[in-house]
Amino acid sequence: MNDMRIVERDVKTNEVKIAAKDVQVYYGTNHAIKDVSVDIEDKTVTAFIGPSGCGKSTFLRCINRMNDTIDVCRVEGDIRIDGDDIYDAKVDPVQLRAKVGMVFQKPNPFPKSIYDNVAYGPRIHGLAKNKADLDDIVEQSLRRGAIWNEVKDRLHAPGTGLSGGQQQRLCIARAVATEPEVLLMDEPCSALDPIATAQVEELIDELRKNYSVVIVTHSMQQAARVSQKTAFFHLGNLVEFGETGQIFTNPVDPRTESYITGRIG
Amino acid sequence: MTDASMDPAARPAKSGLTVTDARTRKRNAAEKRFRAYGMAAIGLGLLFLLFLFGSILKSGLPAFTHTIVSVEFTMSQADVDDAESKMLKTKAYENFFIAALQSQLEASALDVAFDAKAIERIVGKTGGTIRSHFKDNPGDIGKPVAFELAASSRVDGYFNGRVTRETLVDSRFLQLTDLDLVDALKEAGIIQSAFNWNFITGKDSGVDNPGGAGLGASVIGSFFMMLVVLFLSLPIGVAASIYLEEFAPKNRFTDLIEVNISNLAAVPSIVFGILGLAVFIQFAGLPQSAPLVGGLVLTLMTLPTIIISTRASLAAVPPSIRDAALGVGASKMQSVFHHVLPLAMPGILTGTIIGLAQALGETAPLLLIGMVGFVAREYPEGFIAGFTDANSAMPAQIYTWASRADPGFYEKAWGGIIILLLFLITMNTIAVILRRRFERRW
Amino acid sequence: MPLSWLILVILAIAAIGYVLGRSRALQSANGDARDLHSLPSYYGAYVGMWAVVPASAILIIWLLAQPYFVNGQVLGTLPDSIVAEGSSVGLVMSDVRRVAEGLETAIAQGAVSRAEADTMDVGTTDIREMLGDVGVALGSAVSAEVLTAAQLYRGLNATGSLVMTVLVLLIALGGAAFAWSRSNAQFRARNVVERGVLALLIGAASIAILTTIGIVFALLFNTIEFFRLYPASDFFFGTSWAPSFSGRGGASDLGVLPLLWGTFYISLIALLVAVPVGLFSAIYLSEYASPRVRSIAKPLIEILAGIPTIVYGLFALLTVGPILVSLFGKETVGWMSGGTAVMTAGLVMGIMLIPFVSSLSDDIINAVPQAMRDGSYGLGATQSETIRQVILPAALPGIVGAILLAASRAIGETMIVVLGAGAAARLSLNPFEAMTTITAKIVSQLTGDADFASPEALVAFALGMTLFVLTLGLNIFALYIVRKYREQYD
Repeated sequence: MNDMRIVERDVKTNEVKIAAKDVQVYYGTNHAIKDVSVDIEDKTVTAFIGPSGCGKSTFLRCINRMNDTIDVCRVEGDIRIDGDDIYDAKVDPVQLRAKVGMVFQKPNPFPKSIYDNVAYGPRIHGLAKNKADLDDIVEQSLRRGAIWNEVKDRLHAPGTGLSGGQQQRLCIARAVATEPEVLLMDEPCSALDPIATAQVEELIDELRKNYSVVIVTHSMQQAARVSQKTAFFHLGNLVEFGETGQIFTNPVDPRTESYITGRIG
Repeated sequence: MTDASMDPAARPAKSGLTVTDARTRKRNAAEKRFRAYGMAAIGLGLLFLLFLFGSILKSGLPAFTHTIVSVEFTMSQADVDDAESKMLKTKAYENFFIAALQSQLEASALDVAFDAKAIERIVGKTGGTIRSHFKDNPGDIGKPVAFELAASSRVDGYFNGRVTRETLVDSRFLQLTDLDLVDALKEAGIIQSAFNWNFITGKDSGVDNPGGAGLGASVIGSFFMMLVVLFLSLPIGVAASIYLEEFAPKNRFTDLIEVNISNLAAVPSIVFGILGLAVFIQFAGLPQSAPLVGGLVLTLMTLPTIIISTRASLAAVPPSIRDAALGVGASKMQSVFHHVLPLAMPGILTGTIIGLAQALGETAPLLLIGMVGFVAREYPEGFIAGFTDANSAMPAQIYTWASRADPGFYEKAWGGIIILLLFLITMNTIAVILRRRFERRW
Repeated sequence: MPLSWLILVILAIAAIGYVLGRSRALQSANGDARDLHSLPSYYGAYVGMWAVVPASAILIIWLLAQPYFVNGQVLGTLPDSIVAEGSSVGLVMSDVRRVAEGLETAIAQGAVSRAEADTMDVGTTDIREMLGDVGVALGSAVSAEVLTAAQLYRGLNATGSLVMTVLVLLIALGGAAFAWSRSNAQFRARNVVERGVLALLIGAASIAILTTIGIVFALLFNTIEFFRLYPASDFFFGTSWAPSFSGRGGASDLGVLPLLWGTFYISLIALLVAVPVGLFSAIYLSEYASPRVRSIAKPLIEILAGIPTIVYGLFALLTVGPILVSLFGKETVGWMSGGTAVMTAGLVMGIMLIPFVSSLSDDIINAVPQAMRDGSYGLGATQSETIRQVILPAALPGIVGAILLAASRAIGETMIVVLGAGAAARLSLNPFEAMTTITAKIVSQLTGDADFASPEALVAFALGMTLFVLTLGLNIFALYIVRKYREQYD
C-alpha cells in the first residue's frame, strides 16, 4: 500500500447507519462538544480528524455510550443507530456496545490467553452454541483481524506476550468477535510502528466490506489513506464533514484548510 | 493477507436496540445481584462497627457512675469517747450512721419499713470509714459532717440496670425486700448516682472489690511508656529513614535492611514480647514490669511503621528542592537537614502519632514482660520511678479486669476501653488535623 | 559515681570541648570565620564528637562485659559442694547477687558501715534478719560460702566501676584534647562531622537488623535449651498438650499439634468471614460506589483496623460469646457449652481482618489499568462481568498475597484468642468447642511465676519459634507475590 494514495471513491452513497443531531457533551461545567450533527453511513470508513482536545474522541465515545462510565460526563441531543435513539431509557448500554464495537488507542488485551481474549465477547453475549461453535467464531474473528496465521499455533499463550501491532490486531479481532455492526476506532495506530500501522490500515479497509467503521486519527495521511468520509472537529465544533477527497483537496471552511496545511493544530 | 470472508448473513437476526432480549435481562439481573453483594458486604462491615461501638458504650458507660449514700450527722466528743470505750468500736460508729440515716428517712415521711441489717447490705460496713475520718480530723468532732459512702456493687447494678427485681436472687449480699428501702432512700435523695472520679484517677483494687478499681495508675504507666516510645522511635526512625531514602547506596546491606524492616512490620506482637523478656529482662537485667522495658519493646514494634511513613514523606519532597540546595553549594547532609527534613516534618509527625496510637493499644507483649494489671497498685513516686517502678498499662489493666471472676470487673473493663478509645481518637484526630493543615501537594 | 552522673560529666566535657574547639578554630583564623574551611560550629561539634563517641563506646562495652567477668571470678571461688547441694549454679549465683544487693541497700540505709559489710561473717551476724530489716527478703538463711562470694562480688563490682569511671573520663578528656589540637583553619571539620553523622544514621538503620537478630537469638537459644530437656519429636508430633505446673513434678505432654490445629482452625474461620466481606467491600468501593459514598464508607470500615485487639478480645468474651451461646447453646441446639469457642474467636478475628483485606484488595483492584475496564465495556460486558472475568483474574495474584498477609495476621493474633477461644488444647472438628492456639499458650506459659529453666516455660520459646517461622514464611511469600504482581503493571 503506498502511503499518500487517496482511496478511489465509491461515489454511490450507502444507507445512513448512525445519525447524530445537535449533540452536546459536558464534562462537569466544561462544554466539550457543541451542536454536533453528522450522518455516518454503513459500509464506509469515516475519519474524525482535528487537533488534540477538539472533542473527536469524546464524540466517538458517545456512539457506544462509553462516556457512561465517566461520572461527570453528561450527553444531550439525539444519536440514532438504525433509527433507534441510543440514549433512550429503554436501551441497555450493554446490548448497544455489543452492536457497536470499539478498539482503543493503546492495545489493551486482557491478561488471558489469545483464545480467551477473543472468546470473551461471544461468551458473555452467549453467541456460541457449543465449544466447536466458539472455536469457529474465534478462528473466523482472528482471520478477520488478519492475525490468524501468526497466532494459530499458540492460541493458549497469553495475549500480552504479542508485539504491539499484533496486540492491536488481536483487539480488533476481539471486537469483531461479538458481531458488531459498527466499529469505533480511537487512534488505533498511534501506539504502533509504521509496519504495524500499515497492516492495521489494510485491515480497516477490509473491514469496510461488512461494517460501518469510524476512526479517530491524528494523522491526516492516515485519514486520507483509509477513509471515504472525513469530519473535521475544532474546539468542540464539527467544522466540516464531507467526502475525504473533497476535504483534503478543496476544503470549504478556512479552519479546515489551515489545519490541513499545518497552520493550526 | 486477509482471510475476512465470513458471510455477513450468518449474523443473528437483528433485534431493535429498544427491545431488551432475555439474555440481556438475565445478565442485568446478575449485575444487580452482584452489586447487592457488594452493598451487603459494606453494610455488614458498618453493622459490625455499629454493634461494636454500641456494646462498648452500653456496657462501659455505667463504669463512670457509682451510687453513693449521703448522710449528714454530728458526733460530740462524748459520743466519740463512748464509742471508743465499746468492745466493737466500729459497730458503735456504724450505729450512729444508721440512726442518722433513719432520722433523715423519717423526715422525708416515706412509708417504708426500716431495717438496719438491710442498710448494712446496701452500703456495707461503714463504721471503719467513719471512725478513721474522726481520727484523722479531730476538728470535725462536734460539727455536722456530711458523709458520702459508696453503695455496694449490687445496688450499683440496680441503679444502672444490671440488676433488676426480676433477676435478683436473695443472698447475703442483697435481698429483694431491700430494694424497697433503696427506692425509698432514692426518693428521699439520700442515695443517688454520682460521677465516679475514682475510676479515672484510682488504682487497681483487689480481686473482690470491683467498685474501688480505677484506671489512673495504669494511665500513668502508659504515659511513661509512650514517652520512651516517642523519644526513641522518632529520632531513630527519622535517622534510619534519612539514611535509607537519601544516602543509602544500592547494595546488599541496604537490601538487607529493607527486607528486615518490611518483615518486622509483620512479625506478631507477641514475638516482640518474647524478645523483650529474653533480651531486656533476662539478658540485660532491666527491672520486670517497668514501663521502661515496655517502652523499649513497643519502640522496636513501632519503628517499622514510623520508618515506612517517614520514608514516604521524604520521598514526597521533590528532587528540585535538593538540587536547589546543592546548587548553592550546600553539602548533601546540609541539603537534607536544612531543607528536605523540615518540609517532610508534618508527614513524619503524622506517621509518628499513628505509630504511637498503635503502640498505646498493644497488649500481648506487655503481658510477657510482667506489666499485668494487678501491679498497678501505686502511683510512681517521682519522674525516674515512673520509668523503673513496676506498673501496668491501660490495655493490660483492661485484660486483667476481663480475666477476673467477678462480673463487676467486666463493667470496669468496658469503661477502661472507653477511656483507651478516647485517647486513640484524640491522637488520630490530631494526626488528621496535622495532615490537613500542613499537607502540601507538589 | 553513679552511671547517670558519669554520663552527665561526659556531656559536660563535650559541651566545654565544643566551646573550646570553636574558639581555637576562630583564633587560628584570627577571628575571621571566612578564612575557616568550615563553619565555626563544625569545629565545636568535632571536638564534642571526639569527647562523647569513644568514651560512650568503651562505657557500653564495659557495662556489658563486667557482669560476665565478675560472675566468672565469683563462680571460680565457689566450692563445688555448695553447687551440688543447691539445685543449680544459676540459683546459687542469684542468691549471691541478692545478698550483695542487700548489703548495698543496708549500707545505703545506714544499717551497717561499709567496712562492716566487707568483714561480717555468718558466725556473728544473722544476715537474713539484718537484710530483712532493711527490706530485702531472702528465701533462706545465708551460708558462709554465699556470704563470702557476695562480699567478693561486691568488691569486684566496686573496683570494676571505679576503674571504668576513671578510664571513661580519661578517654573523654583525651578525645576532646586530641580533637581540640587538630582544630585549625585548614582542617576540614565539616566533612569529618558529616561522616560521623552518616555513621549515626547507618547505626539507626541497622537497628532493624539488630532487632531481627535479637528475635532470632532469643528464640533460638531458648528453643535449643528446651529441646535438650524435651525431645523435639514429641514436641512436633505430639498430639497432646498437658503441661504439669512447675514445681509439682510429673511429666508434661507438650505436643504442638493441638495448638497448631487450634490456630489454623480459628484463622480459617476468621478468613471465611473476612475474605468475602472484605473483598466484596473493596469491589463495591472501588468499582461501584460514588466518590461521596466512598469517602464516607472507606474511613468508617478502616476504623475497624485501628481498634486495639484487646477491645476485640473483650468483645468476643463478653458480647459475641454469650450471643452465640444463646443461639447454639443448650437451650436451642446444644452445640455449644460455653461462650469461649473457636467460632467466637474466629468470628471476631474475621471482623478485625475485614479492613485489612478490603484496603489491600482496594489498592490492588485500583492498580488494574483502566484500559482493561474500557476494553471489556467496549465489548458490551456488564460491570459485574468485567469485574469477575477481567479485573479479578488480573488482580488475583495480588489478592492472594493480601489474603496470605491476612492469614499471617490471624495466626499471630493473641488477645482475641486469649480471651475468646478458651484454654483447652483439643484436636476436634467442632467449631463450637473451646480450643487454644500457639499465641495463647505462649502467654499462659510465660506469665505467672514460671521457673525459666523448666521445660514448661521454655516450651513458650519453641512455640514462639514455630510462630515466627510460620508468619515469616507467609509474609515473605505474600510480599513476593504482591511485588511480582506490581511489576506486571509498572
